[in-house]
Amino acid sequence: MLAYTIRRLLMLIPVLFGMTLIVFFMIRAIPGDPAQVILGQQATEEAIKSLTKQLGLDQPWYIQYVDYIKGLFTGDLGTSLRTSSEISGEIWPYLAATLELSLVAMVIAIFIGVNAGIISAWFQNSWFDYTAMVLALVGVSMPVFWLGLMEQWAFSLELGWLPSTGRENVRNPVEAITHLYLIDTLIQGRMDQFVEVVRHLILPGIALGTIPMAIIARMTRSSMLEVMRSDFVRTARAKGTRMFWVVYKHSLKNAFIPVLTVIGLQMGLLLGGAILTETIFGWPGIGRYIYDAIGFRDYPVIQSGILIVAVIFVFINLIVDLLYAAIDPRIKYN
Amino acid sequence: MKKKYILSLVFVMLLSIGLAGCGGSNESSGDGGGDSDGGSADGGTLIFGRGGDSVALDPAAVTDGESFKVTKNIFDTLLSYGEQDTEINPGLAEDWEVSEDGKTYTLMLREGVKFHDGTDFNADSVVFNFERWMNGSEESFYYYKSMFGGFKGDEGHVIESVTAKDDYTVEFKLKRPQAPFLKNLAMSPFAIASPDAIEKHGDKFGENPVGTGPFVFDQWSRNDKIVVTKNEDYWMDGYPKLDRVIFRAIPDNSARLNALMAGEIDLMDGLNPSDVSQVESDENLEVFFRPSMNVGYLGLTSNREPLNNKKVRQALNHAVDKQAIIDAFYAGQAEPAKNPMPPVIGGYNEDIEPYEYDLEKAKALLKEAGYEDGFDMELWAMPVPRPYMPDGQKVAEVIQSSFAEIGVNAEIKSYEWATYLEKARNGEADSFLLGWTGDNGDADNFLYVLLDKDNIGSNNYTYYSNDELHDLLIEAQSTPDEEKRNELYKEAQEIIHEDAPWIPLVHSKPALGGSERVKGFNPHPTGSDTLTKVTLEEK
Repeated sequence: MLAYTIRRLLMLIPVLFGMTLIVFFMIRAIPGDPAQVILGQQATEEAIKSLTKQLGLDQPWYIQYVDYIKGLFTGDLGTSLRTSSEISGEIWPYLAATLELSLVAMVIAIFIGVNAGIISAWFQNSWFDYTAMVLALVGVSMPVFWLGLMEQWAFSLELGWLPSTGRENVRNPVEAITHLYLIDTLIQGRMDQFVEVVRHLILPGIALGTIPMAIIARMTRSSMLEVMRSDFVRTARAKGTRMFWVVYKHSLKNAFIPVLTVIGLQMGLLLGGAILTETIFGWPGIGRYIYDAIGFRDYPVIQSGILIVAVIFVFINLIVDLLYAAIDPRIKYN
Repeated sequence: MKKKYILSLVFVMLLSIGLAGCGGSNESSGDGGGDSDGGSADGGTLIFGRGGDSVALDPAAVTDGESFKVTKNIFDTLLSYGEQDTEINPGLAEDWEVSEDGKTYTLMLREGVKFHDGTDFNADSVVFNFERWMNGSEESFYYYKSMFGGFKGDEGHVIESVTAKDDYTVEFKLKRPQAPFLKNLAMSPFAIASPDAIEKHGDKFGENPVGTGPFVFDQWSRNDKIVVTKNEDYWMDGYPKLDRVIFRAIPDNSARLNALMAGEIDLMDGLNPSDVSQVESDENLEVFFRPSMNVGYLGLTSNREPLNNKKVRQALNHAVDKQAIIDAFYAGQAEPAKNPMPPVIGGYNEDIEPYEYDLEKAKALLKEAGYEDGFDMELWAMPVPRPYMPDGQKVAEVIQSSFAEIGVNAEIKSYEWATYLEKARNGEADSFLLGWTGDNGDADNFLYVLLDKDNIGSNNYTYYSNDELHDLLIEAQSTPDEEKRNELYKEAQEIIHEDAPWIPLVHSKPALGGSERVKGFNPHPTGSDTLTKVTLEEK
């Protein structure tokens, strides 16, 4: 297990290296000059030239790339071309905002998705099964921005239950410590703010969690259906074990591996793919940070932002792989 | 048995969703109805929702409107614009004198003004700021160069010296007269910052702005919010009224409107023209219109076949129904343009006869030009909404269909914004939608910047070049006499009208939405608003 983990971590190096290279070239291949974008429509040619030089963008690509990689090894993620601030210093609040939102979205997705999938499989071809699977199909095909706007309309405008945008009640702002507001408010014992933060998480959490929820539900259902037809399930039932335990204990454990894979992949996707949700809900997350940077041709932010998301993505997959062994003793990593 | 499990599970799910909802219902007033912080409640907190975050809060060093929206409230300028126009009014300078030859400006400063860090505002701080800018470089002080012609040592630099005559008198000596000099001084980038704070924070001044303005910078969480609080010692007696202003970034226009209707924000800019009627019909909300100081146009790149033919350009000008575009995509809140600058700008030529929408005339002109059977061209549509062009794609489609009627087959193209600008600037587009919002309310800022041959490769995207026009515009730059100057600009507009390098489309009045509790808010044509006199009424 340890050897496997180390081997996987070592494999990270070429993966991330290749990724930096691809991102580095792709963003330089698209037209649009950062100096031009920073200086705006009015800029003169000399100004653009001189800023290009100041930003180091007049250097040949390989020198720029080597400089960037060198910086990475010393923990320097570069400096934003647009705001001139250190990326390593400013990236965490964005990342924290997205992490918090993605985790909540995944909790909602897993809780509802897995349960809906199980019940659908348990009572295959029942009204619940049909309804749940139609809903799942709708969920997968629903555009997130539309769902988000509809949620805002229904739950904040019509019903007035939940706030429509932002992470907190800005009139009663959370004092950031870790930038994970759920934790920050708990540390400070501010239950009023904790409730506010939870309320702000619900609508974007559901919007972001809907697609994974639908995918997880469908995956759980098909995986469960397969397992529930196997011999050991029949045996367990023949022994007189209560159906609930047969389903939730014996079958689920055996059916969970593919579900876990999907969960891992979806979690990774949410981290980078929350841009739409972040835009609709005014959420200051990493998706928007990188997206804005693309508009401004802010190369270092794009490179380092994608790098960080990729690292997390790879780690989540590693954790998922390690969890396989924990769930299914037949899987061993040697 | 089975049913029981199903029911209990469904119940658990419903419960969890229900709890989420109910948890909110008794709290919703917290976010919804004004101040729940119970803090210094007199003036209240105004939350301003906008589409993007600021880049930095050092006004001299930025070029984006979202930064100026905030710095305008933290800093003061030596002179200020009128409440809803660009007339010159006192600011940090109470009075000013101009010498006969138009080369010496003496400004008498307001006494007793303090920066937010407690240091005194005086003539030395003005000199310090100007020295900082004129010793800078274009990357750091872009607007300085563009308005004052360069930096120390540059030939084009207009300012010869800035000296403190006494504690509260500053004298500007110019190398040659510059007609819009006072208007330039009132621009947001030339706000006076605390010399102490600039020295203390150095590169980080943009994150720690210190000015003399109505509000004091408090905190900034990037992409989320900027908080400024009341300057208790503000020099304007009894102002500002608000205790706190929070600028929130909510990128999506519809989501921002939802937040306004839910009471989470009190004011928003970037209201979609199509949403104006919805806001108007809501008794808790109000629509504000920003006076127009912009122009949206279709540029006709005049060095590309067949657009290099003046008759062709005139023909296309006859083929656009501007009023129909305004009714459809600006909710009627715009006026058709006939000149490259809006009527509020001094020197606007009222007498120009617009190219009326007349397809027969257009066809006749095409025939004269030898394009009786029409031709193929590209029509570029802006990919981003701007106040002067809320929906580039749709406007392009309307123009495309009118062009089709005179046999011109226009293919609509669009690129991502930075790419679009770069390619258009390189002259790669046959025709392209674009626009401009004025910086200082001066004709030079439209005509010279957008259409003079000096600015080809920069803001003259159409590659239009006319020497006669150039001479007029250069002469106007150093003509201090307002009347004579306006005559020159009127003449310039006639030349431009005849040559038709653009199809001027609209001057729009960008819409903002606000709670009806917001009083005293007068949107400024420059696009950045001072919130000094704004109040929030109790419900």
